[in-house]
Amino acid sequence: MADAAVETHAPNPSGFAHQYETLEQQHDAGRLGMWLFLATEILFFGGMFTSYIIYRELHLPAFETGSRLLEVRFGATNTAVLICSSLTMALSIRSAQVGKSKGTIIFWLILTMILGAAFIGIKLRFEWYHDWLEGIVPGLSWTYSGPYQSGVQMFMCFYFFMTGLHALHMVVGLGILTVLVVMAARGRFTPHYFTPLEISGLYWHFVDIVWIFLFPLLYLIGGRYTLGGH
Amino acid sequence: MSTATANLQEIPAESRVNYLNASYGIRSWLLTLDHKRIGLLYLGTITLMFVIGGVAAVLMRLNLMEPQGALMEPETYNKMFSTHGIVMVFFFLVPSIPATLGNFCIPLMIGARDVAFPKLNLMSWYIFVTGCLLMTYALISGGVDTGWTFYPPYSSIYAHTNVVAAALAIFIAGFSSILTGLNFVVTIHKMRAPGMTWFRLPLFIWAMYATSIIFILGTPVIAVTLLLLGLERILHVGIFDPSIGGDPLLFQHLFWFYSHPAVYIMILPGMGVISELIPAFSRKKIFGYSFVAFSSLAIAIISFIVWGHHMFVTGQSIYAGLVFSSLSFLVAIPSAVKVFNWTATLYKGSISYQAPMLYALGFIGLFTMGGLTGLFLASLATDVHLNGTYFIVAHFHYIMVGGAVMAYLGGIHYWWPKMTGRLYPDLWARFAALVIFVGFNLTFFPQFVLGYLGMPRRYAVYPQEFQALNVMSSAGASVLAVGYVIPLVYLIWSLKYGPEAGPNPWKATGLEWKTPSPPPTENFEEVPIVTYDAYEYPTVRAGVARG
Repeated sequence: MADAAVETHAPNPSGFAHQYETLEQQHDAGRLGMWLFLATEILFFGGMFTSYIIYRELHLPAFETGSRLLEVRFGATNTAVLICSSLTMALSIRSAQVGKSKGTIIFWLILTMILGAAFIGIKLRFEWYHDWLEGIVPGLSWTYSGPYQSGVQMFMCFYFFMTGLHALHMVVGLGILTVLVVMAARGRFTPHYFTPLEISGLYWHFVDIVWIFLFPLLYLIGGRYTLGGH
Repeated sequence: MSTATANLQEIPAESRVNYLNASYGIRSWLLTLDHKRIGLLYLGTITLMFVIGGVAAVLMRLNLMEPQGALMEPETYNKMFSTHGIVMVFFFLVPSIPATLGNFCIPLMIGARDVAFPKLNLMSWYIFVTGCLLMTYALISGGVDTGWTFYPPYSSIYAHTNVVAAALAIFIAGFSSILTGLNFVVTIHKMRAPGMTWFRLPLFIWAMYATSIIFILGTPVIAVTLLLLGLERILHVGIFDPSIGGDPLLFQHLFWFYSHPAVYIMILPGMGVISELIPAFSRKKIFGYSFVAFSSLAIAIISFIVWGHHMFVTGQSIYAGLVFSSLSFLVAIPSAVKVFNWTATLYKGSISYQAPMLYALGFIGLFTMGGLTGLFLASLATDVHLNGTYFIVAHFHYIMVGGAVMAYLGGIHYWWPKMTGRLYPDLWARFAALVIFVGFNLTFFPQFVLGYLGMPRRYAVYPQEFQALNVMSSAGASVLAVGYVIPLVYLIWSLKYGPEAGPNPWKATGLEWKTPSPPPTENFEEVPIVTYDAYEYPTVRAGVARG
């Protein structure tokens, strides 16, 4: 039954699903679906951002002290890494759109993956691992003895919850990119069909944008520069 | 069209290929991408969860037969009402109409072959089942005693029960809601048949659209809130912990930001079902189509700005209370628009009292009572007296059981012939609807009185003078339980012995009735082209109208 229906709705290029009338309809549906998913993601992170903003008002000096415990140089490096990865992601979509070889598409995808992995590597090795050694990980390794004990602990909770959730999204993104590489290697993407690339790109850019908000909120607005820095 | 329908009726259902007999075996069900089969998978799953939540309710009511508790320790009683609340809200009411009737009907009603993302649809069901299994594990391995609201610091620090497993179960089931809502919105936007414009859509579709928006925008907030709660419990440090300057009220704000709109997740689909039933059984076009359609969207939007009315007595600022109180009254407007429009549709209609219609009429009455008592609770001063009493329990059961469950059962009875191709015995169905109506009122009306007299909710024991009303309520609950068992029996009976329904047993309009029952896998022999509005019932004959 299902097969018969697909045949009556030929042409049937690879990736065309039977429930749609046209490839364009399928493309539009995929894009709308991803935008809606990103709306849920905004609300998901929004709960944390809202809580962060409220508590920052309640415990301002403690949050500024906590912010100064973070290493701006690693945060800044990672910001640059992520922005570059958004560029390479966009270039992979562009390559498919203008009909470049599958090698080119795979090149940009793999470069995106390397940059994404670099972000996670820097985060783990130079930030979280050091935080662990310094004893500023609430609940697991806590030996902080500076001012505003409890408020700083609260700030670090936010820091780990928010960056942890963001890193988790990065890992999911790397998984999606792996699938895209396999699809590209099978020659699935053409100038007529690149929907998976495009909607995965939307997700990747979204995760980058979350970081663009996290970086200043956590690292930069701690009053570091007005109060004299490290 | 009429000749096509006539031809369909001549062919016996067994010999035609439909979605039920297109393939056989457990694999063909567990790996199905057909929205109709996925709807039935949900139907089975949520019925099991309803039984779990129902058993907890029965045990609670049994315990409340005597002032000192007839059956169990207070600790066990706490687990019972928590189980009942959590299972019924998150694992039955929230998915009930959207995941079963929505999944089954939306593509049929808009003239599509399937939802926009069939694989995602199946994945949603698996996610939901994972949540259900985890919840069942949480119950078997010791239960939860926080109530369905999980307020910290009790849930984060002091409770010694399975809070993490239960919270994680809700977190997981939430993703099923999000993905279902996303699927529905895209389907309604992109998959409508040619000619099916927005204002020709059945009102059930408008209601499901509004519900899906709440799914998409509300559910992620409860997800992240429960995640934070779980982390706080595991790591013993976190952002709601008062000992490091955290604020438990923040949890309540985040919780109700979802959980108030969730009330409309439960009632809006019900309103959508009623908007189908009333025109179908009064043979009349719905009164004020666009008002009913937009009132669904209005309810969805207002639902996001009234959450503070759950917190009038919890230490929220009184000015916030004032604002939330006045905003809460706004909900009454679109709700009343719907009730008045349904009533106006009935006026001079050619009404027949078949089983789905009995549920619909029951809904209108009970929802009105639930809605009006909600206004007592939206008023700051009366809320101080009524908050935390059985008045609240009665109020939201009038909405959720008298409203949502009645509509769910009405919808199941209405679309059952389409789902299965079989008719159930109408006399039994009418009898069951009556039993449920009587049992429901006997259970919950006394609770309004109990609450007004000051009996607090969630207590295992109560003063002697409340016993008569409590016994009345428990007696009603047993009638209600019988009322729920009867449909279970005759619906299952009808699968094998029910007479064939034919494509359109109710002579209703709507695309779902223009295809065979059960529909073929692709829903329609050919893509329908829509040239008419919803609910184009033939105008009532002059003689009847005069009468």
